[in-house]
Order: sequence, then structure tokens, then C-alpha cells
Amino acid sequence: MTIDIALWLTQDAITNGAVYALLALALVLVYTVTRVIFVPQGEFISFAALSLATLQAGKVPGTVYLLMAGGALVALIDGVAAIRAAQPRRLIGIVILNIGLPAAVAGAASLAALRPDNLWLQMLVTLAIVTPFGPIIYRLAFQPLAGMSVLVLLIIAVAVHYLLTGLGLVFFGGEGLRSPPLSDFSLHVGVLNITAQSLWVIFSSIVLIFTLWLLFEHTLYGKALRATAINRVGARLVGISAAFAGSLSFTLAALIGAIAGILISPITTIYYDTGFIISLKGFVGAIIGGMVSYPVAAAGALLVGFLESFSSFWWSAFKESIVFTLIIPVLLWRSLTARHVDEEEE
Amino acid sequence: MSSLLDVRGLSAAYGKVEALHGVDIEVPRGKIVTVIGPNGAGKTTLLAVLMGLLAGRGTVIYDGGDMSGCTTEMRVARGLCLVPERRELFGGLRVEDNLLLGAFPRIGKATQTIRSDLDGVYQRFPRLLERRTQLAGTLSGGERQMLALGRALMAKPQLLMLDEPSLGLAPRIVRDTFHVIADLKRSGVSILLVEQNARAALQVADYGYVLETGEVVLEGTACALAANPRVAQTYLGLSGRFERNTA
Repeated sequence: MTIDIALWLTQDAITNGAVYALLALALVLVYTVTRVIFVPQGEFISFAALSLATLQAGKVPGTVYLLMAGGALVALIDGVAAIRAAQPRRLIGIVILNIGLPAAVAGAASLAALRPDNLWLQMLVTLAIVTPFGPIIYRLAFQPLAGMSVLVLLIIAVAVHYLLTGLGLVFFGGEGLRSPPLSDFSLHVGVLNITAQSLWVIFSSIVLIFTLWLLFEHTLYGKALRATAINRVGARLVGISAAFAGSLSFTLAALIGAIAGILISPITTIYYDTGFIISLKGFVGAIIGGMVSYPVAAAGALLVGFLESFSSFWWSAFKESIVFTLIIPVLLWRSLTARHVDEEEE
Repeated sequence: MSSLLDVRGLSAAYGKVEALHGVDIEVPRGKIVTVIGPNGAGKTTLLAVLMGLLAGRGTVIYDGGDMSGCTTEMRVARGLCLVPERRELFGGLRVEDNLLLGAFPRIGKATQTIRSDLDGVYQRFPRLLERRTQLAGTLSGGERQMLALGRALMAKPQLLMLDEPSLGLAPRIVRDTFHVIADLKRSGVSILLVEQNARAALQVADYGYVLETGEVVLEGTACALAANPRVAQTYLGLSGRFERNTA
């Protein structure tokens, strides 16, 4: 291996590792707050990347209709609950949030589809389409069963994953799609050809990670999420509802997934099921962090990026197996060093 | 005047094991009511049901409204607050963040009053002010107790429920804690105090109940209970043998 190739592989590793790090953080966030191992995290990537590409093609993506259907379902459930609790005034808020907002997003999407030259608008609309799936999924699939064991929650997560992957196939077909990069600019440093897109990925990831840090360190809502992760009973006793914390963490996870999808869509061709593999690599990073430590999870995800990049050079056929085999020594090491804690009883 | 809390025929079970059998308890406004009894009598269970952490049967009327179907968060928002036996602090967060989160239902609505309440808590517990940037998990037992009380006060409770506030604390800190409890009563907070330290509890309380194996076996004014020979012998240790433990 020459220095040139090593540099080139490193660039690739950091770009991919940054995306994996985002996903690892989202997985840790969702797990610590709700105890859900969030298998469908990758679907946000696919949905975002493919929705953006569909908007590029001048069409309104099917995810918009799914968003309206999901919102209507939430409105129905919450509406019935509000009427039963004799609080009809809450209906207005429920309708605005779950029917009005998706309708507005749909309007924006049809507008954005007509403006193929306005990539920024389309990216914003894509975020607006995909992010609300977080709270909708939480409300429909997880909130009613929030007190169940980790295993039950995992099974629900797998079911949601299959459902969303299937819907992805219906909406976008089996063909892979790719979006154009924000800029064709590229930087030549020696033999290294650094594209604007990979700089953009790294820059956005750093900004996003910093924003998350600000949220958790310096806002009370972020601290409320941490408090829930630290002590569920204590959080309820100060009035932080599990539904609030769960919904907020799923919203953040969806936002992170959507941003990751938008970032990588010009780099790789995304199929309806690509997101799952990408989020699995984030998951390896999260496992390295024991599903609880944000910094170790991010570092682990970066390690996954390097492992993948360099093994694709030396032993390309086994690239994926090498990355996923990493879990075994990590789990061994963790189970040998970690103090075993029984799952808390609720 | 009706009571702030009126509990009628409250039963609760862990799985098939019933821990409370038809308990009736009242907390008048502005009074301290204590529930004493041995370990495993159902005292903590009673508080868990009142807080909505555990499902129970029976009626709970709070501030003139039925509490059935209310989640823990709704009860907190209505002015009910529990300082649990295990304190349930946020160990990985700073002392000040623990206190601020105590006011969580008011966040974004009354930022000004939260600040002044925080100052009030620091005035009451100067030790917490010294430790405000420290992680809650690094505090000593007495400081943890102060933080748990302080966090509860940040919720501006109408009815404060305390579960074994003296458990595992040095005598001096126990005394301080009971001073705070008496002080809170003077500022208009109603208190439901669950204690094994019956002597201290009956000294500060207006009214008391004795709970044994999930049933109220005795009730009366604190003075009457303290004078009751059975209470004196079993819980105040006047036979002499338990003198040192309850002092």
C-alpha cells in the first residue's frame, strides 16, 4: 500500500465513519431514553435519500402520503382518547399537529417537485417529510407498550423495520436512486481528490454532533432526556412523562437519520433497503459504546469506517463480514469487563 | 372544610400478593399526617399508588377531584409530590440540574418564578449551593436527602409525601430534616409522612395512622397515638430495648 492509497482510504473512512457516528448517536439516544433497540433507524436514511431523489425527478414521493396516513391515525387515536377524557379542547391541537402539519408538508412537497433546480428547498422539504415519522412511529408502535421488556420492544422494532422497508419498496421500487451533489467542486491535494460532498458530510456531522451536545448540556429539555435515561422513576416523579421523552428522542433520531440520508445520497446509490445496512454499521459503533456512551459510540463508528475502508482494499470480498465480526470481540470484552445489571423492573 | 386528600378503601397488589387491603386515610389541608408501621406493612406501596406508579383499587379524592386514571405526570402537575425512600436522583446530572428538573412542568411557562424558587431552595439548604456544579451521584447521604427535598420543593407541591426521610441518616441530619418538615407546614404545604422513626414522626405530626400488614389498625391525633400503650411499646420502644435505635 502506498501513502496515496492510504490517504485515499482514510478520506473514505472518515466520510463514512461520520455518517455511522450520527446513526450510532441516534441509536444510543433512543435506547437510553426508551430502551428500544431501534432497528428501523436506517429506514429514515432510505426514505430521506429516495424522497429527495424523487423530488429531483419532479414527482411527489409516496412517503408524503404515508406521512398523511400516519398523522391521521395518530389524530384518530389521540382524538378518541381526548374525547374519552372529556377534554374536547385538545382536539384542535391534535388536528393541527397531525393533519394540518402533514397537509402543509404535502403542499410544500408538490411545490418543491416543480422546482428541480432548487436543491436547498428540496432538502428542507425532505427533512420535513421524514422527521415527523419519528414521533408517529413512537406514538403508534411503542408508546402503547412502553413498559414492556427490552425483548418485546426489540421485536416491535423488527416488525416496524419490515413494514417500513416493504413500504419503501412500494413507494420507490427496486431501482436504486442517487441525488446530485450540492456542488461539483473538488479539491486536489497532492494525489488526493477531496470532493465538496465529502467535506460537506464531515462538516455537517460535526455541526450536528455539536448541536446535540449543546442540547444535552445546556437545555432543560435535553437534560430531561438525560434524566429519563438515568432514572426512569425519578423522571416520572418530577413530571417528565415517558411519552414526552420517547417522542422527543424518536424525533431527534428521525431528524438525524434524515440528515444522514440527504448527506450520503449523492455519494452512494440508495436502494429501498440500503439504509438498514448503513444503520447496522452505526449499530456496531453503538455496541462498542455499550449502547450508553455517546463519545465511545461515535469513536466506535469512526473505527467501523476505517475497518470497512481498509478491508475493502485488502480483502474486498469480506468487507462486510469483517465489520460485523467486530461485534464478537467487542461483546466478549464488554461482557467480561462490564458489571452485569439486571434489567430494571417496572 | 374538606380534606386535601381523601383515600377510601384503597387496595393494591403486586401480582397476586395483595399489599394493601382497603385503607382509609385523610390528609387535611395544611396538616402533617404520618403513617407509621413496621417494615413491609405497605407504607411505600400506599405512596406508590397515591403517586400513580402502581395501580390500585379504591377511591382517591385529591383537592376535590377524583384521581383515578391520572398518570404520575398529571398528579405532579396537580401539586402532588413524592420524595421516595431511594430518593431517585439523577446521579449523572449536576445538583443544580436536578433541582431545575424538579420544576419541569413549569419549564417554559414561568422561568422567573423557577429562578426565585431555586434561590429559595439554596437559602434553605446552603450546602446545595456549595455543591451546585457537582454531580448528584457524588453527594453524601445527608446531601442526597437535601437534594431530594429541594427537588420536590421546586415542584411547588400542595401535598408533599415523604417516604422514610430519616432512613440511613445521621441523627443531626434527621433533626434538620424534621425541622424542614415543620417549616414547610408553616408555609402551607400539607404533608403525608411515612416513617419507621415513629417518635420523630409523631412529634412533628398532627394526626397519625398505624399501618400493619396492609391495614390501618389504629388512628388518632399524634398525641393520642404517642400515649397509646400499644404504640408506645411497639413503635416508641418504651419497653427500653429499642431506646437507642429510635432516639
